[in-house]
Amino acid sequence: MTTTVAHVHDETDAPYALSHLDALESEAVHIFREVAGEFEKPVILFSGGKDSIVMLHLALKAFAPAPVPFTLLHVDTGHNFPEVLDYRDRTVAQHGLRLHVASVQDYIDAGKLRERPDGTRNPLQTVPLTEAIQQLKFDAVFGGGRRDEEKARAKERVFSLRDEFSQWDPRRQRPELWQLYNGRHAPGEHVRVFPLSNWTELDVWQYIAREGIELPEIYFAHQREVFQRNGMWLTAGEWGGPKENETPETRLIRYRTVGDMSCTGAVDSDATTLDAVIAEIAVSRLTERGATRADDKMSEAAMEDRKREGYF
Amino acid sequence: MTSTTEQVAGLDDLAATTLLRFATAGSVDDGKSTLVGRLLHDSKSVLTDQMEAVEAVSAQRGQDAPDLALLTDGLRAEREQGITIDVAYRYFATARRRFILADTPGHVQYTRNMVTGASTADLAVVLVDARNGVIEQTRRHAAVAALLRVPHVVLAVNKMDLVGYQESVFAAIAEEFTAYASDLGVPEITAIPISALAGDNVVEPSANMDWYGGPTVLEHLENVPVSHDLTACPARFPVQYVIRPQSAEHPDYRGYAGQIASGVLRVGEAVTVLPSGRTSVIEGIDALGESVDIAWAPQSVTLRLKDDIDISRGDLIAPSANAPATTQDVEATVCHVADQPLAVGARVLIKHTTRTVKAIVKEIPSRLTLDDLSQHPSPGQLVANDIGRVVVRTAEPLALDAYADSRRTGSFLLIDPADGTTLAAGMAGESFASKAETTAQADEEGWDF
Repeated sequence: MTTTVAHVHDETDAPYALSHLDALESEAVHIFREVAGEFEKPVILFSGGKDSIVMLHLALKAFAPAPVPFTLLHVDTGHNFPEVLDYRDRTVAQHGLRLHVASVQDYIDAGKLRERPDGTRNPLQTVPLTEAIQQLKFDAVFGGGRRDEEKARAKERVFSLRDEFSQWDPRRQRPELWQLYNGRHAPGEHVRVFPLSNWTELDVWQYIAREGIELPEIYFAHQREVFQRNGMWLTAGEWGGPKENETPETRLIRYRTVGDMSCTGAVDSDATTLDAVIAEIAVSRLTERGATRADDKMSEAAMEDRKREGYF
Repeated sequence: MTSTTEQVAGLDDLAATTLLRFATAGSVDDGKSTLVGRLLHDSKSVLTDQMEAVEAVSAQRGQDAPDLALLTDGLRAEREQGITIDVAYRYFATARRRFILADTPGHVQYTRNMVTGASTADLAVVLVDARNGVIEQTRRHAAVAALLRVPHVVLAVNKMDLVGYQESVFAAIAEEFTAYASDLGVPEITAIPISALAGDNVVEPSANMDWYGGPTVLEHLENVPVSHDLTACPARFPVQYVIRPQSAEHPDYRGYAGQIASGVLRVGEAVTVLPSGRTSVIEGIDALGESVDIAWAPQSVTLRLKDDIDISRGDLIAPSANAPATTQDVEATVCHVADQPLAVGARVLIKHTTRTVKAIVKEIPSRLTLDDLSQHPSPGQLVANDIGRVVVRTAEPLALDAYADSRRTGSFLLIDPADGTTLAAGMAGESFASKAETTAQADEEGWDF
């Protein structure tokens, strides 16, 4: 894979300009290296979704030719798309990484968590995640969250301090100035780190295209048996659908985000290549989550509440 | 698979563009949220579902038009109080450029937030109400932009619709502000008459002000230069991390990873490592996957040197011809950002680039009131949102530049060693490009507001 440094030919700029993707890439790499230099046991949250794939790609570049000095952690809801789990396992093997899996199903089987009536398991990820962080003593946890995703995230820091219960207190967040990230924390506390804070959905896709990064197939248009619920196309599956009044049909769809099957909706699309996907997103008039994630629609303050509890 | 996106027909947005980081300063009363909402809305960056939510809430409250300010008010506490309590980052793009906006509240109790937003900004938009003109708050915003050495300042004279779109009103405010900000050393000021509510001169040129021949706010944001002549600044490379694979494939690779803080580095250049003072020559530059002969700020790269010398995180690599001095006595202007005060004698940590060392606050010679730039001698301590001068003694030498010369290697944080709180944001050297400060006659109350 070769990367050429993009020169931007813009009459307003001196010869030493960087393209926006190069600027964002350099910033993210700087964040990864800061954490490697200042923390004992960092971990990357890796779901096999596009944001975590881009995070891993950046981490690989940040430390090459040495291996990435972090392990990976996946919180498996038990309702993940098989194509995504397959991608996850292949990627881990390809780069010789270590993966920890925290399983929501194990918690349900042990009676520590209860299935919700709507079958959605995304909110159930918080407990397995926070317990994994505690038990494995991670002090820095990389997440793929972006500030453009949702209003409560617009104020998130790059380094976000969490107490021993993983709680996020908006009033305890430290001012973040220049490129000086303060990751000091007490034992038992940890820092969530968001290297893609300043990226938008389009930046992520453009970067995937520029770097030639492979993605799970479900991001591209394919025929799938789906049914409609709450205005979204959901995948038929054992997680709880379709119900009697819901009619499954086969449609040409793709996914814009990848999460729990029960709350990740597909969009009608015939985009089978990255360029076609990017073209579709660039003209899309719906934000990523608004179109496809039921869990953020629960209430206007849903995300804020769940962040406080330790969700990303 | 093709790895270029520029072949997508009709999608100019996808070409490589530059990135501008800018900050807005102003208060709810000035119409800041409306301006930001208008920029997002009129640049087609607000998507259908976001707009639907805004329309629904506006209708619920009985407002007859969608309240664009709602696009940017995030946390529940703010929605309840109708205020903005933290820096919010917003993202939008045009065919010409990508923008990162640090949206900061303008009231005096939020000075630290404006300082935070301005710290990474290439440009600051200062908003004034055309009916009120330049007020204390405006002068404070200009002072923060000058203090943080923001290269470009835009004065947005808002609510022109409420003064009959009169050129004379705009001209008087622009003249007063420009004189004030120039005195503080702001290098470039552009004044634009706008109405955020009606949309005049934000994105679309105003039909109501044909006397104004300049750019709209968005046009100016698209055209202002973002990269400065980096060759004018000496190169600075704080080492973040040492890469040593020690693998069969790379048995002897030793690379120093970091982000170039300023200037340009070239293969073959003689360099000095600080604080040790050892010298070597750049043998190779690895730019995230390819070897290059030249790299510049703010690229993240890995440097390989000719000699095997002891270098670790916290060291600074600089050209031997133009290396900074090291010092253990730091004189600086700080903005106090914590709720607990900073007093003379405090034992702190100082975080400068990739180096964190112990330090003691030796003196707090003065506190500065930003509204009128008066200095209050020997305040004894600084509290949240204070700006003051400090003298700090560090346990180990720092390779510190003046903040005026390099925002990245002239800035630092003071941190409470007990709980890790960020106490203050510091800028080494003189406060302003010109000596505009005056000494206050008497510090009667210790309050600025």
